[in-house]
Amino acid sequence: MSTFLGMPATAPRGVGHLRGDQTFPRAAHDALGNSQLRRNLRHATTTIRGKSGKVIAELPDWQELRDAGSAIKADVMARLPELLEELEARVTEAGGVVHWAADANEANEIVTRLVRETGSSRVIKVKSMATQEIGLNEALEEAGITPVETDLAELIVQLGDDKPSHILVPAIHRNRSEIREIFLRAMPGVDPALTDDPPVLAAAARRYLRETFLSTEVAVSGANFAIAATGTLGVVESEGNGRMCLTLPDTLITVMGIEKVLPTWRDLEVFLQLLPRASTGERMNPYTTMWTGVTPGDGPQNFHLVLLDNGRSAVLADTAGRQALHCIRCSACLNVCPVYERTGGHSYGSVYPGPIGAVLSPQLTGVADNASLPYASSLCGACFDACPVKIDIPSLLVHLRNQVPHPPAERAAMAAAAYTMARPRLYANAQRAAKLARIAGRRGRGLPPPFSGWTAGRDLPEFPSQTFRDWWAER
Amino acid sequence: MRIALFATCLADTLFPEAAKATVLLLERLGHEVVFPAEQTCCGQMHVNTGYQAAALPLVKRYASVFDPYDVIVAPSGSCVGSIRHQHSMVAAAYGDAGLAARAADVGSRTYELSELLVDVLGVEDVGAYFPHRVTYHPTCHSLRMTRVGDKPLRLLRQVRGLDLVELPAAEQCCGFGGTFAIKNAETSTAMLADKMTNIVSTGADVCTAGDASCLMHIGGGLSRLRTGVRTVHLAEILASTEFTS
Amino acid sequence: MSSRDLILGRVRAALRDAPVVAEVPREYRQGGRAVDVEVLVDRLVDYKAEVHRVSSAEVVGAVAAIVGGEAAVLVPPGLPESWRPAGAFVDDDLAPDRIAAADAVLTAAAVAVAETGTIVLDASPDQGRRIITLLPDVHICVLRTDQVVAAVPDAVARLDPRRPLTWISGPSATSDIELNRVEGVHGPRHLHVLLVAD
Repeated sequence: MSTFLGMPATAPRGVGHLRGDQTFPRAAHDALGNSQLRRNLRHATTTIRGKSGKVIAELPDWQELRDAGSAIKADVMARLPELLEELEARVTEAGGVVHWAADANEANEIVTRLVRETGSSRVIKVKSMATQEIGLNEALEEAGITPVETDLAELIVQLGDDKPSHILVPAIHRNRSEIREIFLRAMPGVDPALTDDPPVLAAAARRYLRETFLSTEVAVSGANFAIAATGTLGVVESEGNGRMCLTLPDTLITVMGIEKVLPTWRDLEVFLQLLPRASTGERMNPYTTMWTGVTPGDGPQNFHLVLLDNGRSAVLADTAGRQALHCIRCSACLNVCPVYERTGGHSYGSVYPGPIGAVLSPQLTGVADNASLPYASSLCGACFDACPVKIDIPSLLVHLRNQVPHPPAERAAMAAAAYTMARPRLYANAQRAAKLARIAGRRGRGLPPPFSGWTAGRDLPEFPSQTFRDWWAER
Repeated sequence: MRIALFATCLADTLFPEAAKATVLLLERLGHEVVFPAEQTCCGQMHVNTGYQAAALPLVKRYASVFDPYDVIVAPSGSCVGSIRHQHSMVAAAYGDAGLAARAADVGSRTYELSELLVDVLGVEDVGAYFPHRVTYHPTCHSLRMTRVGDKPLRLLRQVRGLDLVELPAAEQCCGFGGTFAIKNAETSTAMLADKMTNIVSTGADVCTAGDASCLMHIGGGLSRLRTGVRTVHLAEILASTEFTS
Repeated sequence: MSSRDLILGRVRAALRDAPVVAEVPREYRQGGRAVDVEVLVDRLVDYKAEVHRVSSAEVVGAVAAIVGGEAAVLVPPGLPESWRPAGAFVDDDLAPDRIAAADAVLTAAAVAVAETGTIVLDASPDQGRRIITLLPDVHICVLRTDQVVAAVPDAVARLDPRRPLTWISGPSATSDIELNRVEGVHGPRHLHVLLVAD
């Protein structure tokens, strides 16, 4: 099969972290059985919902900011080619070097080559969804380069030989005593008298990473935004590890999805209000660093920007689905999702979990590779209300379900139901037949698959003696 | 007023009391209710499970059956949400622009019961009597798709004898979600467990909602656990009087 | 075909429907609202910064009161003379370990946002290189009340994107443990704001 090279393409298989190795219901089964995990998740999501709700309520113009954010993102998508070219020109003028990566493999190759050219065998990393998506750490390790995650939660995940389970707080599934155990086990030089007091744990990470920050010559980051008109990039963070990575090394390599570009400097006034309040539930996050190319005498003197497609052009090609690219990775949708709260992020099998992950992962890989994810939602709609850029996630889920390859038995059942429902007399007969079938069987227990899941925990209603339409006809 | 009833396939087949109550309530308030017999199902299950093409005949049927009526009511926030927000989308994708326009038009004349009562008929006290301790679960589609707001609560507050108790974490999904409850049965059950804990904590003897589907789910769980809490559709409470209770 | 051309070609192909986008509605609150310095103070304190109201003549004394008269205080080269403690050492392209050895760093600021409790540094000579406000454990920032703006749009309008910018809202913090905010990870664990009204 030959494909025209310029056609939008999904993310390649065999690299990165967009595909799980089991279906969502199968993975969720394990998570649901882990009561500690469920307590951790419930505590964390309840906390963040409260914080976020409070600071959002402080802004009388939250809805207007959402409207503006949504419209700016729609404009970005419509003008993406020209904005990317403009960004490239501005970054280059300011002393940066722009690279284009069609997919995860190419991005990993570019970053590996750039690190090798510096002669360094270690990089410090700012938390970045894009580099997790492409599996950069694994690629660097394969090339003999040690990536050191510096965000506290990423460090917990890396030291625990674990996987991230949340966009904002990758170690949300861990509580303080589990974190203490991981540090005691895997953090070189840690104080054996370490307690599980969060400030003590944070201080341990500070001590552990200090020397690494000061002695590593290359940093790798993602970006929260890039301003096309000025070539300015920005990273929003809390701990100061971002500032360390973006300030101390000689070389900075930033990997950014092509959808992160914003048209003008002024647009930041919208996103810097939306992102922290929706994300960590703060009026503003502790630190935001913005840089434009290279500033002589201040910060990295070599700056590389890697612009990543890896399936984004395929998402963009779907006119109904492209709004998923508006996502600013705030994770508000995860924090309000009743499914996420109970199954955790690992069940989604992708670095993008929760409601946005249930749409974005299948969109980036093609729905056939993540066919169970669009169904990992009760369509309750809480994510849509929480989204600071108003992505209609429930409608996107419905849209993707319509593209999923359906199981033949389900397809036949749905066709039969639609056929019956389209014929009122047949429908009325079927109502009566169903009632007789139920009267013949036992009430509410032991239905065959796929309905056995229902009857495992719930009774079915008694069939009424008369349907409504029969009652109406007799009046 | 002449009001066409869309009973919904679920109420028609499994929960006729909700549809009957809608009729009796509206008639008690002095309105004429008609039931177009050619109606079947809104097709939401097909749309939400990923079978939009299969839903097209149902979308077409709804639009043609209900087009002659100025005001249509359904005792379901979920079905009304689907009719308003999904029918024109399915029609545009699989039918034609004419059908899409007609579906949108008929959808704009379709009301959930509490919307019809409060917004169209301008009534909050429907003269009901229901001497029970009741908690209200605002179903997700009533709340976030049809956006009925506090209308059901305003109606319930006027019901004589009714002791309305607030449901903790009321806005959290009960875990039904149509075929979600089958495809992700374990996650659905975990959500339901929390919903039931909250319902039982209120001490209510009745849990009500504007959707028979969510009530079927919640009621099935409450029955399995023998909690003694009943589920009753909002329409049935509003239709109750001192003579029927 | 270069990857650049490949990606731009894919993106153009993806947009073959030529989406038409309406003008961005900017109905949110614009800049120019009255400034309430008390809001800034409230927000700074809420996020565990310490606020000291002083006159410009009292800056040196205030610094001594915070870190002690013997402390090694690092200052950027363009900090006004009248604000410099007697023993202060100037960042003259110092090595990182010298910077990290400072007990505190004392800088000016570019702008502050009342509504969010944010101070922005733009690496002007009175604020210095980004590294000097990063490694010391104590950051003392002198902020003139005329640098305070009401909200984020005002700050964005005042700033020059070509300069390296650091937006600071309270001391270093993390929410990574059970989503509770904990102050003090890698950045300065103590942020003092000297609010100067004259």
